[in-house]
Amino acid sequence: MTATELTSPPQSTEPADKGRRARPRVMGAGKQLHAGPLTYVVLSLFALVSLAPLVWTAIAASRTNQRLAETPPPLWFGGNLFKNMERAWEEGGLGTAMFNTIFVASMITISTVLFSTLAGFAFAKLRFRFSGVLLLLTIGTMMIPPQLAVVPLYLWMADLGWSNQLQTVILPTLCTAFGTFFMRQYLLQALPSELIEAARVDGASSLRVVWHVVFPAARPAMAVLGLLTFVFAWNDFLWPIIALNQENPTVQVALNSLGTGYVPDQAVIMAGALLGTLPLLIAFLLFGKQIVGGIMQGAVKG
Amino acid sequence: MSSPKQALTHPASSADAAPGDQPGAAGRGRGTPAPGGDSWRSRLYRWDMKASPYVFIAPFFIVFGAFSLVPLLYTAWYSLHNVQLADLDGQTWAGLKNYENLLSSEFFWNALGNTLTIGVISTVPQLLIAIGMAHLLNYKLRGSTVWRVVMLTPYATSVAAATLVFVLLYSWDGGMINWLLDFVGIDPVNWRESDWGSQFAVSSIVIWRWTGYNALIYLAAMQAIPADLYESAAIDGANRWQQFIHVTVPQLRPTILFTVVVSTIGATQLFGEPLLFGGVSGSKGGSEHQYQTLGLYMYDQGWIIGNLGKASAIAWSMFLILLIVAVIQLLISRRLRKSQ
Repeated sequence: MTATELTSPPQSTEPADKGRRARPRVMGAGKQLHAGPLTYVVLSLFALVSLAPLVWTAIAASRTNQRLAETPPPLWFGGNLFKNMERAWEEGGLGTAMFNTIFVASMITISTVLFSTLAGFAFAKLRFRFSGVLLLLTIGTMMIPPQLAVVPLYLWMADLGWSNQLQTVILPTLCTAFGTFFMRQYLLQALPSELIEAARVDGASSLRVVWHVVFPAARPAMAVLGLLTFVFAWNDFLWPIIALNQENPTVQVALNSLGTGYVPDQAVIMAGALLGTLPLLIAFLLFGKQIVGGIMQGAVKG
Repeated sequence: MSSPKQALTHPASSADAAPGDQPGAAGRGRGTPAPGGDSWRSRLYRWDMKASPYVFIAPFFIVFGAFSLVPLLYTAWYSLHNVQLADLDGQTWAGLKNYENLLSSEFFWNALGNTLTIGVISTVPQLLIAIGMAHLLNYKLRGSTVWRVVMLTPYATSVAAATLVFVLLYSWDGGMINWLLDFVGIDPVNWRESDWGSQFAVSSIVIWRWTGYNALIYLAAMQAIPADLYESAAIDGANRWQQFIHVTVPQLRPTILFTVVVSTIGATQLFGEPLLFGGVSGSKGGSEHQYQTLGLYMYDQGWIIGNLGKASAIAWSMFLILLIVAVIQLLISRRLRKSQ
């Protein structure tokens, strides 16, 4: 968010282009050079590579299985898009999967944003014993591959009789280290300690401080963290593949089933891939600026 | 940059050092008459001040403990046992047998080699391209937000969706990529079966999904570089390429280290791309196991073969390898910093 504002810094002492400059050109934050035509050409190539596979997914999803096996691959849309999407929705289980994933990702998003804001606030603005060590520990947990947890989790969920139920994929991600760190970084700068102090002097309890001071200040970052968490939860792969199967799938589980021959029709598989990606593409279309800002902000180390 | 500010803006001394004064004053200010009520209130207040930070961080640590830390220890325990998927209650002590099995298994070494190879050929080009892309995005562009969002769209595509598409693009017959290669006179490549072809194909999916994301991280760091560094370099007569090498890259070093570590963590766990690239028998990582990674090998041993004890041993091996690689990277970066 603020990252985009950084692109137009106040001091641009450089005179507007006056032919060939005697002074060597300067780049970097302060003096942003205008992009030349070559920059646009190269960026367009990058954009083409970024978008082409997605566009081609839609093209393939609108064709037939036979057509996709023929040699010049189709370069334009055919007429079977809705038929293939319907088959992916019904036979491929994408219908159930979409509803399941919307539910799972929403639960994860709400709880991660809430808990991460609380923990991020504590790490940013409150003093307590071991806070430094605990923060380091929080960051360190991001290094642990999920593979180290899946065997016991699988056995426990089987013991509880939870196999194939959605809570198995919701519970382990109710709060994340990334979210906590992200909110800490934001609140460190966005929440003036004087505000907390003022509320304290008025005798406000910690819960009142959180409700009336922290949440209002954190709202923009909470929205961005919500978007990032939703994308992450929608695309989570390893644990859902192990915990769920095609009887009660998330989108990724259904796509995995499609990929392993559940419906042996490439056009239907592509329609499934398109359906499973479409909600996030729409989210990027609507909130792309905020998501980009969130990733850039999360990157700037405090 | 945060620490001095944090120290400055922390008049929490009023809360921590002298907790009695503030609440007492607050209580009197509000006109609470009863002295008994006052001390009860201030005791509650003090308790609230002490306990609330721990209450706030508790959810994270409960979730982490229950679903990461305890399972991690149990995974170590199971790795010393014989645990079969078909007979979950019949666990027997196995000592180090699972690890001995791994060390003498050609498939483990094959998977380790594949993980390293695919890790390198997916991470190195990805980060190099990302730096270049970030450099271009750092120019003053028309529609700069649109460019950034476009570069990030692959990140919106899930591993599964992306891999399903790339499988088709890379197919031997009628695949887009072989068709394009044919245009420029290159013989079709068997992306599924050949060793380097399949590893390159799997890496390309990783590169496609993550380059834009890393570019944005580099871009954020580039925008934080002070302009006067470039000015003084320019005064010293450095051209733009020299400025890039001598100002941008050194200033980006912490960010580069960060992305290298994050990419390494991702590469160690690589799982979804090779699984779906293999189609029906995906967990084998190809007919010759040519792209079976450690993550895939663990899944195959645990849930396809049904040996969860061995899968646990593979998981811990992955973790140890990751730690070793991370330590090596830290040492190298320290050495580089000293030599500068």
